[in-house]
Amino acid sequence: MTAAVFFGCAFIAFGPALALYIFTIATDPLRIIFLIVGAFFWLISLLLSSFVWFVARAITGNRDGPIEKYLLIFGVLVSVLIQEMFRFAYYRLLKKANEGLKTINPDEPAPSMRLLAYVSGLGFGIMSGVFSFVNTLSDSLGPGTVGIHGDSPYFFLNSAFMTQVIILLHMFWGIIFFDGCEKKNWYPLLAVILTHLLVSALTFLNPQYEISLVSAYMIMVLTGIWAFFVAGGSRRSLKRYLLCQDKNFLLYSQRSR
Amino acid sequence: MLTFMASDSEEDACNERTSLMSAESPVPRSCQEGRQGPEDGEDAAQWRSQGREEDQEEDPDRYVCSGVPGRLPGLEEELTLNIYTPFTEDTPSVGQRLLNSVLNTLIMLSVIVVMTIFLVVLYKYRCYKFIHGWLIMSSLMLLFLFTYIYLGEVLKTYNVAMDYPTLFLVVWNFGAVGMVCIHWKGPLVLQQAYLIMISALMALVFIKYLPEWSAWVILGAISVYDLMAVLCPKGPLRMLVETAQERNEPIFPALIYSSAMVWTVGMAKPDPSSQGALQLPYDPEMEDSCDSLGEPSYPEVLEPPLPGSPGEELEEEEERGVKLGLGDFIFYSVLVGKAAATGSGDWNTTLACFVAILIGLCLTLLLLAVFKKALPALPISIAFGLIFYFSTDNLVRPFMDTLASHQLHI
Repeated sequence: MTAAVFFGCAFIAFGPALALYIFTIATDPLRIIFLIVGAFFWLISLLLSSFVWFVARAITGNRDGPIEKYLLIFGVLVSVLIQEMFRFAYYRLLKKANEGLKTINPDEPAPSMRLLAYVSGLGFGIMSGVFSFVNTLSDSLGPGTVGIHGDSPYFFLNSAFMTQVIILLHMFWGIIFFDGCEKKNWYPLLAVILTHLLVSALTFLNPQYEISLVSAYMIMVLTGIWAFFVAGGSRRSLKRYLLCQDKNFLLYSQRSR
Repeated sequence: MLTFMASDSEEDACNERTSLMSAESPVPRSCQEGRQGPEDGEDAAQWRSQGREEDQEEDPDRYVCSGVPGRLPGLEEELTLNIYTPFTEDTPSVGQRLLNSVLNTLIMLSVIVVMTIFLVVLYKYRCYKFIHGWLIMSSLMLLFLFTYIYLGEVLKTYNVAMDYPTLFLVVWNFGAVGMVCIHWKGPLVLQQAYLIMISALMALVFIKYLPEWSAWVILGAISVYDLMAVLCPKGPLRMLVETAQERNEPIFPALIYSSAMVWTVGMAKPDPSSQGALQLPYDPEMEDSCDSLGEPSYPEVLEPPLPGSPGEELEEEEERGVKLGLGDFIFYSVLVGKAAATGSGDWNTTLACFVAILIGLCLTLLLLAVFKKALPALPISIAFGLIFYFSTDNLVRPFMDTLASHQLHI
């Protein structure tokens, strides 16, 4: 607990997202706006899912016991579906906005759909991660011993790693999802929804962190590779980048300095 | 109020004076010292509102100008906010409490309206020196007195000792550089930073001293007032803009936060219209130390005056970007700060309000790009902020808390 755990978990959970934000988004105000709008869409989806859960709980009379757990599971699954619905809604909004942007700023090139997919995915992810973890994080600042009653002592670490995985996953899902929508290919969409459901369902197994966390990371790596190829990467471009032979990239980074 | 900053260079000739944005800080009344408020909430609110405002800096080129609310009450008046919110909220029944908060709101709002009209009248009769002096007094008090009080509270909260010489040095440097940046020349980023800091300080005063329900009702009422003052033909802010347009003077370069400015340094014969007083210091802002909220909205920002003579070698300045009145900053900060201080210690509520206000601002900017005239910046953002505050506090918080305790991730 206290400062060490707080800073450690904070950086574990939000480090990659912060780095992505600083290096790719913070430089362009338009991207920041799209990020915030993405976060807003996720927030609305959360509001809707909380409302559904609240109503379900009110209907079943607020009883305690196993029914509470089932209601929670129901709430989680409904929430995942609503999130993906709002991701689709954001895609439609961006499609419409692209035309509007062209009229407002005719001289500046409008951001491409791939870029918007990345930004929106990151927006969803950041908001999702922050909302899941920030309260836990603020609790970790105070004194205490984790797991003193026999629970797992790795509560904070697990939450931090899970948050990191979810943020990165949202980003990859955004890329894959938007690409599927663009190409009118519905299988990627289905795959995104199913993997999202799978990852959320795996968290039901907590506190058996080995299964849920490790599987979530494996899913993230696979989704990441898929998103890389969807976004236009290839083995050759990766090799060129790693061996510093990518002239376009080198020139670009020279210019931006 | 959001105003349009045009970027046609033919008409814009700014000398350095016009290009320097000075901010009017509301002159805060000195509040009773020793009143303990929710310190952690304040600090958190302070940092969060600063953070949020930093984000707002990065808006793309748009024309937004917000009115600055806040009037300065006479220095003879009493020093606490209580004078503006005399009806206590410590009542047994809900109805009575609601009534008291509505009455408090009416009092505050009438003070604001009166001060705004006073300012418009001053401006109409060209009492520039008076306005100028008023603004300087406001920013002096805000930069020195309120910073001192705030620093005292922070040090008390974190139990850090600081000796008076160090304190004097710190506050003196902070305040002096602030005055220079705001009222004279300074790097744009520094000026923006100071404007944000004084807005946050003012908002902290409001958060600390306004009773809880009154604060929410005041936020709602001020948004409605903003809407009316900017859009109605006889609204004080609209009259202010129109007067400034008739005189072809820039409106209130002080008291406005500008997001981007490019100016070229030229030799200048001072522009005749800018001699004497500041450029239209519109200072609806916080003259009242604590309560008056002047006009939240602020009419359009006009282009700076033309160069006085053809012999001037002033290069034209291209002003682009958004101008937002400081009053809007203050009320956004009050909303987020109140959410932080009273939202059952829940960070999710604060973040939701933060995002909601940013989205409201984006929408307002969009409308500004469509309508191309001065727009009130408060209504949409405050409406979103209020909606999200109450819904997140009541619906989302139990859901997320239950999820977090079982370590389920959605």
